[in-house]
Amino acid sequence: MSSKRAANFKWLVPFVYILFLMLPIYWLLNMSFKTTNEILGTFSLFPREFTLDNYKAIFTDPTWYGGYINSLIYVCINTVISVSVALPAAYAFSRYRFLGDKHLFFWLLTNRMAPAAVFALPFFQLYSAMNLFDTHIAVALAHCLFNVPLAVWILEGFMSGVPKELDETAYIDGYPFWKFFTKIFLPTIAAGIGVAAFFCFMFSWVELLLAKTLTSVEAKPIAAVMTRTASSSGYELGLLAAAGTLTMIPGAIVIFFVRNYIAKGFALGRV
Amino acid sequence: MSTKTTNQKAWLLVAPVVILVAFNAIIPLMTVVNYSVQETFGDNLFFFEGMKWFEEVLASERFHDSLLRQLKFTFIILAIEVPLGVAISLAMPRKGFWASVCLVLMAMPLLIPWNVVGAMWNIFALPDIGLLGKTLNSMGFDYNFTRQPFAAWATLIAMDVWHWTSLVVLLSYAGLSSIPDAYYQAARIDGASSWAVFRYIQLPKLKHVLTIAVLLRFMDSFNIYTEPFVLTGGGPGNTTTLLSLDLVKIALGQFDLGPAAAMSLIYFLIILLFSWIFYTVMTRGEQN
Amino acid sequence: MARIDLQGLRHSYLPNPAKDADYALKQVDLVWDDGGAYALLGPSGCGKTTLLNIISGLLAPSEGSILFDGVEVKDKSPEERQIAQVFQFPVVYDTMTVYDNLAFPLRNRGVPENQVDARVREIAEMTDLTAMLKNKAAGLTADGKQKISLGRGLVREDVNVIMFDEPLTVIDPHLKWQLRSKLKELHQRVRITMIYVTHDQTEALTFADKVVVMHEGWVVQQGTPVELFERPRHTFVGHFIGSPGMNLMPCDLTDGGALVGGKRIDIAQAVTEPKAGARLELGVRPEFVTFVESGSDGALPVDVVGVRDTGRNKIVETDFSGHRVRALVPEGMPVPEGRTGIRFDPSHTQIYADSWIVE
Repeated sequence: MSSKRAANFKWLVPFVYILFLMLPIYWLLNMSFKTTNEILGTFSLFPREFTLDNYKAIFTDPTWYGGYINSLIYVCINTVISVSVALPAAYAFSRYRFLGDKHLFFWLLTNRMAPAAVFALPFFQLYSAMNLFDTHIAVALAHCLFNVPLAVWILEGFMSGVPKELDETAYIDGYPFWKFFTKIFLPTIAAGIGVAAFFCFMFSWVELLLAKTLTSVEAKPIAAVMTRTASSSGYELGLLAAAGTLTMIPGAIVIFFVRNYIAKGFALGRV
Repeated sequence: MSTKTTNQKAWLLVAPVVILVAFNAIIPLMTVVNYSVQETFGDNLFFFEGMKWFEEVLASERFHDSLLRQLKFTFIILAIEVPLGVAISLAMPRKGFWASVCLVLMAMPLLIPWNVVGAMWNIFALPDIGLLGKTLNSMGFDYNFTRQPFAAWATLIAMDVWHWTSLVVLLSYAGLSSIPDAYYQAARIDGASSWAVFRYIQLPKLKHVLTIAVLLRFMDSFNIYTEPFVLTGGGPGNTTTLLSLDLVKIALGQFDLGPAAAMSLIYFLIILLFSWIFYTVMTRGEQN
Repeated sequence: MARIDLQGLRHSYLPNPAKDADYALKQVDLVWDDGGAYALLGPSGCGKTTLLNIISGLLAPSEGSILFDGVEVKDKSPEERQIAQVFQFPVVYDTMTVYDNLAFPLRNRGVPENQVDARVREIAEMTDLTAMLKNKAAGLTADGKQKISLGRGLVREDVNVIMFDEPLTVIDPHLKWQLRSKLKELHQRVRITMIYVTHDQTEALTFADKVVVMHEGWVVQQGTPVELFERPRHTFVGHFIGSPGMNLMPCDLTDGGALVGGKRIDIAQAVTEPKAGARLELGVRPEFVTFVESGSDGALPVDVVGVRDTGRNKIVETDFSGHRVRALVPEGMPVPEGRTGIRFDPSHTQIYADSWIVE
């Protein structure tokens, strides 16, 4: 049965792909445990002189670990803001027709598609003018440009899957709108809120251009600290590798927590 | 879901979003429009110049080159990532422990900060100390992505495929998961070949999810900045200077406000055009 | 066409089943004759879908044999077994036309196109789909799509058996009757073995020549609708079939009869000695309970406690020494009140030990 034989080798495809994915990550990890001398001097698949110096440097230098903290701060602020404002808006798009609704929705989506490069200079000027330059809130707000439309789009998809009868029943039962929304509706779309928060977190954590443009010292994200190191001190590769490895940890933690929802959630409620 | 009631009070619910996004979108854009039609000679003196910057940008060879490079890049990675992603999702187990393991591992690249992706690949591909670089060179290839345009492009594309294919995999996997088992059972009973199952059962279901995947990948690759910036800096020379890199060079590097602003608007309009096309295709698909 | 034998079939979904409760199918031995119309009747969870999937080859049984015309097919795939299956919700290939849907199984097997055309038109005419052959399958209503599923099952001429897994579930009620009649008519015309799985007794009893009743993984009775009605071999059959279900009350055995509440009740058929310690019950359908003069010979004293009018008849609920006994009174006949007497028809009174009939 040729299809049975083919089925026996199907697992090779994801296996090889995952291997491909792990290679650069492994190499980064490898580098992070080597001294700069060893990196530049010899080529080896495993550290000949295993060292934790790179990691030690990061954990003891405030500029370095401050970078992580800064990133986490503005990412969390952004996620909270984005999802909070997106919830009522998504509800409106899902349940009501109003003047300009389709155009508004499209306009929101275009912002998600906008090139960050276009906004780099204008944002620099805008946030400086508002005295928000080099603050966490600046980056958090700036990222809202992309995350809010995304959150609205995702949440609207999930909300449209909830039958309107639920709203009507609550209304007949005498629930005021906000009580219905918080106590009944939100738990129903909990998965959607999780997916939206996940995507907001993901996008804000990984974005560099705007985060770098809007900060200099106080709110400098880890990404900016790393690029500064790469250009100024030449080849501090081991340190860079360690810093990079550490940035993967929040991502890994988040994936682990949502692992059961990944397949379902990625449909964004629109499958 | 045509049971929507007309209610203008919905604007109250939408207001926070509109204010937040408009603040971030409209004010900066107004600034950009402003700069795009003015000339400055320093000291905050501005003179209205009309369409001069737009004409200059549209005529400039530099702009044509980076736009062409960008289109080339976007189409190449779409041609690789979409079929590859679909193929991988088809080959994955449909449920169970190993499916979860696969999904978790595949999602990793998506959550790595973009500059780390660039840095990781930079280190990975260095000719004498990177695993990839060293291996290729020891196999007889003459590989140096910092000096050779072809190597730079190949590495750039490999990096993007590495980075984003998983998004396509996850989206199409979600689409495939929504197909009830009974369809596969009926197909077995009908004696359908694997190709027929793909063509008549899986592909129709994937169409919608794939449209989203193509839209996202098209837009994000068209706007890409950080990864190529960290990997090659746009080089060697300007061979990998994609549209966003060029724009940032002009805007933040050279502070040529006028041309940068005009270029921004042209860039944005191109994106708008493509967004509108995709949006129309997608909503028409949803109506069906 | 084939005769289907199921021998010693047991199935568990668990990797290491230990006791009976771990098995979805506890013991199935059945014979289905060539060309018959059968129903597999039972409540949700009784094992009927499991059994269906084992017969069609979509599931491999833990133990036992399946024979088609005497040939073991346990290791054969569904395609090799030449079966057709219609699922609970319509499975159609949305991107194809109705014509292409019906032609699909034949084209997969390399049948020449002119034969395909003749056969598709024949089946379309049988299932009333001729007018819609050119339409896209996605545009049809639920019952239309189920007809396509049905047609795809019939279109292959070498089909051994067609299985229906609750096919009318998504059909509107007023169309259910139409489709049911159509299925029966098709069976008369085509004479393929058909197995119809359902939890609805009306569907089962109107479609099938023989009904297999299942309960908790056991086959509790196989017989014609009349047999199931007149002589239920398991209390479940008595309760599930017929509306209202059979009356049941605890009893003791005595010489040639039973004792309920101290009163003697005659039983026509002789019964063997049941297992010691078994729970004994007496069963009689309301249809076989008649009202007689209180105090007359053999009458059991009862108090009438309620009457329900069903239109065709009245269900009279009585209290017999603390047990509820229902009787049917046809429309137009007087309904007794207060204290009166009833009599059970001895030839339709059964004894059950641990729910199974004693005879």
